[in-house]
Amino acid sequence: MRAAVIVFPGSNCDRDLAVAFREAGCTVEMVWHKDTSLPEGVDIIGLPGGFSFGDYLRCGAIAANSPICTEVKAHADRGGYVVGICNGFQVLTETGLLPGALLRNGGIKYICRTVPLIVETADSVYTNGYDAGQEIEIPIAHHDGNYTATDDVVSELTDNDRIAFRYGANPNGSTADIAGILSSNRRVLGMMPHPERAADEQHGGTDGKALFASLASALTAA
Amino acid sequence: MKAHVHVMLKDGVLDPQGEAVRHALGGLGFGGVQQVRQGKVIELDLADGTTEDTVREMCEKLLANTVIESYRIEMP
Repeated sequence: MRAAVIVFPGSNCDRDLAVAFREAGCTVEMVWHKDTSLPEGVDIIGLPGGFSFGDYLRCGAIAANSPICTEVKAHADRGGYVVGICNGFQVLTETGLLPGALLRNGGIKYICRTVPLIVETADSVYTNGYDAGQEIEIPIAHHDGNYTATDDVVSELTDNDRIAFRYGANPNGSTADIAGILSSNRRVLGMMPHPERAADEQHGGTDGKALFASLASALTAA
Repeated sequence: MKAHVHVMLKDGVLDPQGEAVRHALGGLGFGGVQQVRQGKVIELDLADGTTEDTVREMCEKLLANTVIESYRIEMP
């Protein structure tokens, strides 16, 4: 399986994400935001956490309009896999690949701690290493993770089993405790928590490891 | 020529920053502040002849996220 991790100025989880992909057995290439093409044969694109472009204007807004994002959108439109974590989730909503938006946390504060997440669906290459309803512990680190969407969008996500993760105890005011969502073809995942920060014993937890492992096994078999 | 773009969170979208400012005003003794909404003003210095349609396109593509924000353009 070949993964590409997009690097924006201000990305700070790009190398962590690359390590998690590599540990799962992927070949990983780092791709600079100004590049206009993806490496040949990429199966999955990772949009990492961080503060792309200093979060200027809105989180993820400038990154979503950078040259490489035209290719990211084309890859998703072709049915390719894309995972956006934290700032990467914000970029995905700004590109329109996922619905809704991430607002400032309800309590205003930046939150950095490990939180319980409920795996809402096991029906995706990202979550089929878990059981639906399973509780896992994954770190969050964000200031703007308060997921918001219209009632229609939330119903659409709920009815089609597109909510990948919910918070066990809502830390940021997210609508319907939403922590991560899938695209309608279930190949694009955006989530605020950081599974790549819980993928090694030395991280203090390994609950995120199954996400990368199931992804790698699904895409390698394909 | 200059244009001003006012970007605000849409009505009904919670504005935690505005709410914090409202609390702070109350703490300073200013009574009766019912609601505070915080937005931003973007000042654009444009080539003469730039149309409002072009500025609207800038808003739609980048300056505002119309999922959560509304915008208003002021041009001479």
